[in-house]
Amino acid sequence: MRMPRNRSYAFSLIGAALLVGASLNAASAAEVNVYTARKDHLIKPILDKFTQQTGIKVNLLSAGEDQLIERLKSEGVNSPADIFQTTDVARLNRARVEGLLQPITSSVLEKNVPAKYRDPQGYWFGQSARARVIFYSKDRVKPGELSTFEDLADPKWKGRICVRSSSSAYNQSLLAGMIAVDGLEKAEAWSKAIVASMARKPQGGDRDQISAVAAGQCDIAIANTYYFAGMITSDKAEERDAAAKVALFWPGQQGRGAHMNISGAGITKSAKNKAEAVKLMEFLSGAEAQQFYAEVNNEFPVLPGAKRSQLVSAWGEFKEETMNVAMLGENNAQAIRVFDRVSWR
Amino acid sequence: MNKMFSKPQPALCGPGPHCALNPNGGCAADPLRMAPCPPGSSCLIMDQVSCAYGETRVVDNVSFAVRPGELLCLLGPSGCGKTTTLRMAAGLENPVEGRIILNGQVVGGGGVHVPPEKRSVGFLFQDYALFPHINVLANVAFGILDKTQAERRERAMEMLKQVGMENYAEAWPHQLSGGQMQRVALARALAPKPMLMLLDEPFSGLDKRLRDQIRDETLHVLKSSGVCVLMVTHDPEEAMFMADRIAIMRGGRIVQIGEPEELYRRPAASFVASFFGEVNRIPAKVKGGAVNSPFGAFPAPGFKDGDQVDLVIRPEALSLELGDHGIATVLVSHMLGRSNLIHMRVDSEQGAPIHLHARTTGPLPHIEGARVSIKLDRSQAYVFPAEDQSDPEPMPEEVQAPPPSLGSFC
Amino acid sequence: MTETAAASAVRGSKLLTVLKGARPFGAGSGWVASTVFIALLVGAPVAFILAHVFVSSGDVWEHLAQTVLPLYVVNSVLLMLGVGVGVMVGGVGTAWLVTMCRFPGRGILEWALLLPMSMPAYVVAYTYTGLLDFAGPVQSAIREVFGWSSTRNYWFPEIRSLGGAIIVMSLVLYPYVYLLARSAFLEQSICVLEASRTLGRGPWKGFFKVALPLARPSIAAGTALALMETLNDFGTVHYFAVDTFTTGIYRTWLGLGEPTVAAQLGAVLLLFVLALVMIERVSRGVAKFHHTTTRYRHLPGYQLRGWRSLAAQTFSFTGVFLGFVLPASVLAWWSLRHSVVNLDFLPMARNSFLLALVAALAAVAVGVVMAYAQRLSPMPATRAAVRLASLGYAIPGSVIAVGTLVPLGMIDNALASFIFEHFGVTTGLLLTGSIAALVYAYLVRFLAVSFNGIEASLAKVTNSMEAASRTLGQGTFGTLRRVHIPLIRGSLLTAGLLVFVDVMKELPATLIMRPLNFDTLAVRTFTLASDERLMDAAAPALVIVLVGLLPVMMLSYAVARSRPGGKS
Repeated sequence: MRMPRNRSYAFSLIGAALLVGASLNAASAAEVNVYTARKDHLIKPILDKFTQQTGIKVNLLSAGEDQLIERLKSEGVNSPADIFQTTDVARLNRARVEGLLQPITSSVLEKNVPAKYRDPQGYWFGQSARARVIFYSKDRVKPGELSTFEDLADPKWKGRICVRSSSSAYNQSLLAGMIAVDGLEKAEAWSKAIVASMARKPQGGDRDQISAVAAGQCDIAIANTYYFAGMITSDKAEERDAAAKVALFWPGQQGRGAHMNISGAGITKSAKNKAEAVKLMEFLSGAEAQQFYAEVNNEFPVLPGAKRSQLVSAWGEFKEETMNVAMLGENNAQAIRVFDRVSWR
Repeated sequence: MNKMFSKPQPALCGPGPHCALNPNGGCAADPLRMAPCPPGSSCLIMDQVSCAYGETRVVDNVSFAVRPGELLCLLGPSGCGKTTTLRMAAGLENPVEGRIILNGQVVGGGGVHVPPEKRSVGFLFQDYALFPHINVLANVAFGILDKTQAERRERAMEMLKQVGMENYAEAWPHQLSGGQMQRVALARALAPKPMLMLLDEPFSGLDKRLRDQIRDETLHVLKSSGVCVLMVTHDPEEAMFMADRIAIMRGGRIVQIGEPEELYRRPAASFVASFFGEVNRIPAKVKGGAVNSPFGAFPAPGFKDGDQVDLVIRPEALSLELGDHGIATVLVSHMLGRSNLIHMRVDSEQGAPIHLHARTTGPLPHIEGARVSIKLDRSQAYVFPAEDQSDPEPMPEEVQAPPPSLGSFC
Repeated sequence: MTETAAASAVRGSKLLTVLKGARPFGAGSGWVASTVFIALLVGAPVAFILAHVFVSSGDVWEHLAQTVLPLYVVNSVLLMLGVGVGVMVGGVGTAWLVTMCRFPGRGILEWALLLPMSMPAYVVAYTYTGLLDFAGPVQSAIREVFGWSSTRNYWFPEIRSLGGAIIVMSLVLYPYVYLLARSAFLEQSICVLEASRTLGRGPWKGFFKVALPLARPSIAAGTALALMETLNDFGTVHYFAVDTFTTGIYRTWLGLGEPTVAAQLGAVLLLFVLALVMIERVSRGVAKFHHTTTRYRHLPGYQLRGWRSLAAQTFSFTGVFLGFVLPASVLAWWSLRHSVVNLDFLPMARNSFLLALVAALAAVAVGVVMAYAQRLSPMPATRAAVRLASLGYAIPGSVIAVGTLVPLGMIDNALASFIFEHFGVTTGLLLTGSIAALVYAYLVRFLAVSFNGIEASLAKVTNSMEAASRTLGQGTFGTLRRVHIPLIRGSLLTAGLLVFVDVMKELPATLIMRPLNFDTLAVRTFTLASDERLMDAAAPALVIVLVGLLPVMMLSYAVARSRPGGKS
């Protein structure tokens, strides 16, 4: 007797779930559906503020950007997604190439987002900028020894560099930028030299690299600035202690500037709530949201004139790379192949 | 699966007065000659039924009928197709050829397959197959459908009473002994009042002493219920004890069918004769329409001169008399309880000496080495075509396990 | 069962029926049709992935073969060898000790040995890395004590390594082998072992010559499960910086943006797993592992004393401690220290629990239907369909997720345009992003887990049991309902629980296929961990473990009671 009851129960549950799913998909008055690769807690508060101000409900699906691209592809024209948001420019570029995005024209966005941080045709727009820089041990490295990323290829750094895996989109974009500036051959030679100078097999995230410098396992780390900021402001004593032993170095200040990347978003081709989506995109480029990005995650606001967080301001002004970040996306696949060839895991 | 069942079939019946049983005991079936069922027709007719797995014909053109109230026994060595035949009757297998007619209704063959649950047959399994997850009463009540709870219970209790297990109604299968399980299984199979009972080696799981008793009880229960029974066994003694008629099978075919005494007295083949007990087998050649032997000539009708034949003689057909002029020398004699077995050598003029066994009653004569003369009861001597010696022997007593671990699902 | 004439005839006839493709019981075509339908439905993503094999993919293969693929293959093989040995030694050893020996603590170990099952491997990897890497408390303390400052001063085993991955995965996966080996040992007739003793074999010889070979199919099945989990794993090896074949699949897909090649790699992995399974089957040869007697008696148990007892305790508790107690304590410690325990987890825990429950019920229901239909009609078509449907377990979760998503999207879009054309209603996507789709993905992935268990236990229901019910007037469905399901309910529970625990831990499919505004514990854990907030991830991870603990306890209870005749 047991089984059929269970089974009909299961079936009715599945049926109910289907209905719930369907009702979730059904569009109601004012809402906008966002597929995001940003972490919930780094985006949710500002989205809530948007809802407060506009009455437009924001539905969120957060997952890896590549998974989201696959989902958008399979959902096709019927996809409920209105906005696709990533943490790296390469995936925005891929979404555009895959035909998942539509170009928009918005004077607000064009005013708020500098040209180098948005797609020339308006397929996507940067929402925050991040810099990938060099961190060094205050004890064992003098800032005078450092100059550019390219300089890290020097044999004097042998066995002293910590950097994460090439699976990280941040490293891919770093190399993609180098390919754009220095050419493929030089970039590959550089990667090879870095692999030879690694203190350990690439592992962990950016914070781990900084921690490893602090712990004495290596002298140099390559990481994004906001991770460092996160360690400085951490509620964990060991992270704060580690960060105290490490200093930030802006590479390439005499040359092309520090390597910059963006988190950003575009409106999907299938968007059913395009007006609301544009409204949200504009809101996220506005002063309040930019302030939020700057404060909560210590990223660089893209909005000209928006204030950086106090902590980030304390690092001083620096020279940013000027190339359009779209280049990073275009060179992404090449960068990965270079990594494979030089065995940068 | 119901569509087969609902397909209307002309009611057919078994060998009536118009349908003489052929020598094999089956109906020389011509479906067109089947008459509408008169009262008193057969419960079950297997009509030229075959069953094959790939190239192997496990059951080959088998025909027989079970008459109302009759207990027909399929007897044969293992692998002779008897169990498959039984399973076909139950609907657990389907014939590739021929038809199965149950109470005038075609239930199998010719594109028809009535599933087992629609056939109204009772099946008594070798391992009893009691359901371990329900108690004895629920087991017996399992097959009683379309009745109220109380009626089912009443009927099940009644059946348990019939097999003397009414005190075990609340017991669990794993708490029962082999004999008790057999009784419950019998009660369960009979409870839905089937038209036909099928018994698959039902006593093989019991030890010898218990077996005789259970066998007796089962026979009485079956006979008093008036159901027709088709039973499978490899034990000739059991078959003779239980059966009204026996169909002896070999290699998927029925060799002979008839009443037990007929099979014993007038075996249709060497195989039949030897299946009911050890025989003396004397190879010989037909000469002038007869077979010559140390016991004289035996007519060999139906054989050509020069045919190789076996003269088959039952040991109990030989009686011995001491005497120096005897033709045989006693080698060894053994006391076997109810009878004695005497080994003898007969020196034959033609060739190698013949080794003979005789079975006698009475005190064991200690006559090793003595010359004896032999007297033969010619009604127990037969001439059959010579068979190769890979003749299937009666199966050795098989060691039976209790039913498969019933407790494994508790 | 003893090989009686009739029994062997029944078995033989069944075998022959399989070869011939006949329907012995006159099984309804409904069963076959529904099974083939379900199996094809569940097998569609697998077929979709396999279909990629025939798509040309340019020079990507060449690039991979020349650069990273050899390393991936070597690492995968080494990982499998290591984990294979690890789980067999751990699983079989503990199962034997707990089942056949008596020593203090055995009663606790009986169920405690299963506890690591509730631990997602990636979570254990987090905790050990947090504890043991260079910047972690252990090494820091060592440096503190000895006044060292860097790795140049001392040597410490690198947890983020192939060895570390082998150890961690063995620790969380050995329960699969333990579970199945223990069931097998419990089912073994003590008479067989006693026969071995009387034939002059000591307890050790009895173990190696009799018990182990008899339990071989179960051990192989358990090891196969563990190895498939190993091959599928991405989280752990990624975290431990070990590049395996699965890493390659991810990297090819995510990094190179070549889903086709990724699917091709997935197909290669699948073929490899199939080859392994085949080799095991073939090497088993014609030997049958039926139990030949059903005389069960109370297991006597070798009383261990002195150092033997101590060794048995140490061996068994090590697995429990390293696989569960230590990582769980670390999680608890981190949660208490760093995370604000808030009620955010409540809806997530509910989501996780309900999803796992529905998926488990669905997997059991589908597993029963398929296993029973296959039993009724062992036709080649049914078998092939069923095999296809159970291949999902051998494919990395993320590949399955994509393999599921794409055909689902096609169906969904076709459905939407059909409804629009015929009814003028815009429905959007009904399936994608619904709970139903998610449950479907879980089925694709985990059906094998429930099906294999159900199939095996259904095989133990004798044919005559089935025939008895049929001749007593029950049809196929009635027989299933009144005989089979009550008889195999223990296995159904086990199958359901295994799926439940797996779904609780499942990540890639959940991540990509879940509805909007819908989070589970695993998703949250992963999100936090991937944001390098390991300590904050501890709290949801701990909840996964706690929720998974209940079914694991039920599971061990079920196994302990499963011994034939053990009821009384």
